[in-house]
Amino acid sequence: MTTKTNTLLAGSALAALLAAAPAAADPIQRAKAIELMQRDFQPRGQAGLDRLREDGVQAICNRTNNKPPEYIARQMQGDQLAGVKYPADGKLMGDWKKGEKLAQSGKGFTWKDKPGKPAGGNCYNCHQISPKEMSYGTVGPSLYQFGKLRGNGPDIQKYVYSRIFNSKAYNLCTEMPRFGHIGALDDSQIMDLVALLLDPESPVNK
Amino acid sequence: MKHVVAFCVALGLAGGLPPGVLPQAKKPTAGKLTLASAPAAVPDKDAVSAEFDKFREVMEDANPAELFEAKGEELWTVRRGPKNVSLAESCDLGFGIGVVKGAYVQMPRYFADADKVMDAERRIVWCMVEKQGFKMADIARKPFADVKRTPDPTSLVTYIAGQSRNMKLAVPLDEPHVREIYEIGKEITAYRAGPYDFSCNTCHGADGKRIRMQNLPNISTPQGALKAVQGWPGYRMTGGIMLTHQWRMNDCFRQQRFPEPKYASDAITALLTYMNGTANGQIYKGPGIKR
Repeated sequence: MTTKTNTLLAGSALAALLAAAPAAADPIQRAKAIELMQRDFQPRGQAGLDRLREDGVQAICNRTNNKPPEYIARQMQGDQLAGVKYPADGKLMGDWKKGEKLAQSGKGFTWKDKPGKPAGGNCYNCHQISPKEMSYGTVGPSLYQFGKLRGNGPDIQKYVYSRIFNSKAYNLCTEMPRFGHIGALDDSQIMDLVALLLDPESPVNK
Repeated sequence: MKHVVAFCVALGLAGGLPPGVLPQAKKPTAGKLTLASAPAAVPDKDAVSAEFDKFREVMEDANPAELFEAKGEELWTVRRGPKNVSLAESCDLGFGIGVVKGAYVQMPRYFADADKVMDAERRIVWCMVEKQGFKMADIARKPFADVKRTPDPTSLVTYIAGQSRNMKLAVPLDEPHVREIYEIGKEITAYRAGPYDFSCNTCHGADGKRIRMQNLPNISTPQGALKAVQGWPGYRMTGGIMLTHQWRMNDCFRQQRFPEPKYASDAITALLTYMNGTANGQIYKGPGIKR
């Protein structure tokens, strides 16, 4: 999805995996399922049929029931982490108020969304964040008091930035999208979300 | 139709359906029915969920879906289409021509005449095309309801589903064609792809998950699958429209950031076979009612 190295690594990891480990699911039925989807889906709006193709990470997760062997996970997580791009000036905290707005929005990338329009962070869909927002999902862990519990030094800033940019760098088959990696969120948007979680003034940490 | 009067009154109170509209029963626009005692500040998520469950129990006795069942029964019985035949005298849902009782809970099933496993909505559409002479392209152009219009297959599948109310789900999984498409459906459910790396299981593969306030049934368990199955076809209070399980699959894939599944295709039948089959043995209480 990003670099050639990425794809190559994924490919070789996949080959090693297929040789080494028995597949978690039935490979014949999976092959039929993929074939069926390619036949039975149609492009609509910005959602083309290319979206049915797996990239390296997806291929590994699909073939291991989201539980890749440790050595593959470590290798590919490192590869994902290497692809994280940080802002040029080194500043990682933005405006928590903008971050809160972004966290509320679930827009982006569906066939109804206009391509090129800024996507939302989709955060409240899955996470508890500010205590003022009671309508939050539980697919991901609660992020309430995230900064209060961990501080807001350079290391944690870098961790949060990179985790939002590409969560697969830390947990290869996490359900969380790779917001920076796929270009859904840009530098300054991710910085605003970092501030939402870490700024002492953010309601998250009050 | 014993509840027709009751829910007509309910809708009337909600400022929706004028009484004269009832005989045609075409498009009840109940508008947005709100929770009577839902607090403005939403202090406790579970309390609100519980409140809605209570509300739904009350509404189940007077589900406007019955209006669509009535409309569907008309459409099933009346001679229509270029060939001017009725579905009642031409369409076999698996138990002989015209037999509707208990058919819904035993679908998807294999139909030798089409050499396909078909879910209820797909089978109805197949009959409309093959027996009545309607064009598939016309049906597939706008297959789902909006506030202005309810497609005929939606009313028909609501009627057929109503004819299985309180019956046990019994998808014939021992039949080899059905078994195979069930397994394929299970694989589609687990398949992660697209910009967000989502699969069906991202939301529907574990117990106790929510997106915002929406509880997500875990379709890999019989109880979770039943929750998913018996909500559909379902009357949606927002907009006052009737939507089918085919529609739910379509909108899930939109939210999954996938391209669009074709209407009445094998891929959708596979998912419905997986879901209904997983819920086998439990009582179907649909058609449903939704926020």
